[in-house]
Amino acid sequence: MTFANSILTILTFLPLLGAAILVFTPKTSLNAIRWIAFAVTVVTFVLSLAMWQSFDPSNPGFQFVVNMPWIGDSIGYRVGVDGISVLFVVLSALLMPFCILASWESIETRLKEYMIVFLILETLMIGVFTTLDLAMFYVFFEGTLLPMFLIIGIWGGKRRIQASYKFFFYTFTGSVLMLLAIMAMYWNGGTTDISKLLTHDFPESMQTWLWLAFFASLAVKMPMWPFHRWLPEAHVEAPTAGSVILAAILLKLGGYGFLRFSLPMFPDASAQFANFVFLLSVAAIIITSLVALVQTDIKKLIAYSSVAHMGFVTMGIFAGNALGIQGAMFQMISHGLVSGALFLAVGVIYDRMHTRDITAYGGLVERMPRYAFAFMVFTMANVGLPGTSGFVGEFLTMIGVFQVNTLVAFGAAFGVIFSACYGLWLYRAVIFGALTKESLKGILDLSLREKVILYPLIVMIIFFGFYPAPILDTTAASVDALVAHYSASVGLAPVEAAVVAH
Amino acid sequence: MVSDVTDFASLAPAYPEMLLAIGAIVLLLVGVVINKERSTLVSMLAIGLLVVVAALVLLQPADGVLFNGVFIADGFARYMKVLVLGGSAFALMLALPHAEENGTHKFEYSILVLLATLGMMTMVSANDLMSLYIGIELQSLALYVLAAIKRDDPRATEAGLKYFVLGALSSGMLLYGASLIYGFTGHTNLQQIVIAIANDGRSVGLVFGVVFLLAGVAFKISAVPFHMWTPDVYEGAPTPVTAFFATAPKVAAMALLVRLVIDTFEPISHDWQQIIVFLSLASMVLAAFAAIGQRSIKRLIAYSSIGHVGFALVGLSSGTQGGVEGVAIYMAIYITMTVGLFACLLSLRNSNGYVENIDDLAGLAKARPFVAAIMAILMFSLIGMPPLAGFFAKWHVFLAAIEAQLFVLAVVGVLASAVSAFYYLRVVKVMYFDEPTSEFAAVPNELNVIMAVSGFLLVTYYFTVGGSLASAARVAAGSLF
Repeated sequence: MTFANSILTILTFLPLLGAAILVFTPKTSLNAIRWIAFAVTVVTFVLSLAMWQSFDPSNPGFQFVVNMPWIGDSIGYRVGVDGISVLFVVLSALLMPFCILASWESIETRLKEYMIVFLILETLMIGVFTTLDLAMFYVFFEGTLLPMFLIIGIWGGKRRIQASYKFFFYTFTGSVLMLLAIMAMYWNGGTTDISKLLTHDFPESMQTWLWLAFFASLAVKMPMWPFHRWLPEAHVEAPTAGSVILAAILLKLGGYGFLRFSLPMFPDASAQFANFVFLLSVAAIIITSLVALVQTDIKKLIAYSSVAHMGFVTMGIFAGNALGIQGAMFQMISHGLVSGALFLAVGVIYDRMHTRDITAYGGLVERMPRYAFAFMVFTMANVGLPGTSGFVGEFLTMIGVFQVNTLVAFGAAFGVIFSACYGLWLYRAVIFGALTKESLKGILDLSLREKVILYPLIVMIIFFGFYPAPILDTTAASVDALVAHYSASVGLAPVEAAVVAH
Repeated sequence: MVSDVTDFASLAPAYPEMLLAIGAIVLLLVGVVINKERSTLVSMLAIGLLVVVAALVLLQPADGVLFNGVFIADGFARYMKVLVLGGSAFALMLALPHAEENGTHKFEYSILVLLATLGMMTMVSANDLMSLYIGIELQSLALYVLAAIKRDDPRATEAGLKYFVLGALSSGMLLYGASLIYGFTGHTNLQQIVIAIANDGRSVGLVFGVVFLLAGVAFKISAVPFHMWTPDVYEGAPTPVTAFFATAPKVAAMALLVRLVIDTFEPISHDWQQIIVFLSLASMVLAAFAAIGQRSIKRLIAYSSIGHVGFALVGLSSGTQGGVEGVAIYMAIYITMTVGLFACLLSLRNSNGYVENIDDLAGLAKARPFVAAIMAILMFSLIGMPPLAGFFAKWHVFLAAIEAQLFVLAVVGVLASAVSAFYYLRVVKVMYFDEPTSEFAAVPNELNVIMAVSGFLLVTYYFTVGGSLASAARVAAGSLF
């Protein structure tokens, strides 16, 4: 047991251990439950930083690898991370403590079960990104549905049952098709070892079907227009922490899947379907941005803006060049921080007023100056203002796509404009104006706990906006390798990528 | 191969059956001598006997063909026998609490279960159309009585009668098929039939015989379109009896079906494959949609078991060793889930007795968090959600189907499992998202234990039993190829 071969296993299963401890904690000792959950997530986060620290960014292959046989000869215990997955592990571990803090007081019923479910969810999320076994990838990928279904259904808002069902069915139906594709890949490749499958050449006719089956699952998860219908409801009805996890991590599973499977394993099909994805991406960017403009519910507005931002990600991924993919990676990490932060910020006022209706607010800046500042930073990052992390990703994906298809880049640029429209409109409606509403007169500014949640996020969003190198350097080597492999497979001249890396 | 009955040592492959038969008769005598209204002792002894027989099967493996070739013991038979014995033992345990109310307090109940189990073991080991029929009938006759064991209850009597009439019909079809096969091949011994078919080729009459034979077996595993009796009998019979129906007999009939199609009708695999694919598709799709409208838990379980038979048949329809392995794993996991499910069901009592409607489960998560948690785990496992065991069951069978290039079957199958998620989730929804409407009575300890074991196995399958079960299933399937 050395650090290198045990760290990923520890990271994955530490939260599960925490959940097991919570099972035996008395249900009435609420503070003990909160602190145990918080401590476990913080330790996991610290370990994930240690892992990132010893991660070698110049190595494009998998690191911290463990490879053991397990069930029969089809499923093994295989873990490892590369530049594409390592940051998602850190991101998942980073956001969990915030989620626990955000649920500190707002969860009033069945706190113990809530924390258990969240810790299980963390294990599953980290597991998705660390596993190198195709079957286990599906296990974790699909496993996240289960806790999320319960989180929305038990602790959600008024229409929670409908939302949780919709969430479950959209994702489950898509995923079972991916399961068949996974089996077909095992049948054709003879292994479920992802690192081996990455170098396996699937026959071209098969690639099309495999690509479509993966697309059925990933496009729903992402979600891409027009498969996004479950998302606004799920976001709106989920409790704050649930929305955070959904937007920040679970949506990224889609992008991660495209990068891990669709592009490197089915390059011919990916090239063939690239224009189709571009079309859907631009449609997502423009249409959902317009839809976001007319929302009256704060969370719904942010949910639609998430769909639009994911449009940039898919667009960047299928541009197939280093700029586009680096941009997509950065956009996913940044969106994880920004959308997470936005939902947490909405949670702050929701806890006070118990409404998400935009018209119920107005003039908050008078009573809540600190909150107004935090919300401004998050909104600006969502809009993509230079100097925030939101800008870097959007900018890189647009350049990447511009090299491939100028028309698509042109369409996507509208999204930037629209996002400024709805972002600023939301900010004005909630924060500015006169504080005339009677109910808001007594509203309090951020408490210490809320400062602890929001301030670090402000720092990170601005830091990565000015200095994106830590993220881009980590992903560069793996992305370059991916692009080289993809270009070689589809017969394109690889575009020089070194510019982006530094 | 002719064996000398007087040479006791040569009978080793049949020791488990002999022990069970003798044990059942001894227990019958014990029951008569004690002659009490309620006889827990006989139940306990019966469970003990089943455990001993299972241990004998496991620890003293002896392969061989006996009694002029009507009986075969091989790795596959042993695997299935352990499942059958385990299912029967758990069914007897489930019948212990509230036995008077269920009508299972009479000592005959345990004896009948033992005799039915003997029939099932004969089915699993059948190597001749005659012994196959004898096994099925021994099992079925005991089951008909069991269905109606609560004889003053009109619903149970109705269930028993329905089961009997339809069961007799299926036996008739099976016999008709067997006679056609005999007529066109000239043999009743399964191994000789293979040789005869391989030599003479297929004939229309033979295929007719196969269709009837398979239809008869399809009744026993309740595959669509031969499933009609299942919801009624499951609903009408006392719950512990239903638990028994849903576990061991299904395994035995499935084992029989596997041996028939894989071994005996191997030369005409193209013909039976169409039948199995149809049964599988129809079962999965019909069960998925028919269960949506059900309000009674037991009817829901009935449709769910029909659906699961369909999924298991997906593995069989591939006709490969991997497929049989999948079926073997599927049946083991299916039994674990079903036993757990019935333990939950039997522990749910309110002031009116057993809970029968799904809506009565409202708020169970608050009133009985443990039962609700196990039930939720079971529901998610039945859907096939990873990382629970139900997922791995589906994984193996669908993998086999993909390898056999049965893509349409696989796609329809997984979509059916997505549809079936709807009704399983409704149970979770009612338990967790709705507010309680009634009080629930305390749960007997033995049921808690069964639920805990079943829940533990399903959740930790990947870490604990998954590996060894898969290798046991590989050995079992290997003995057929």
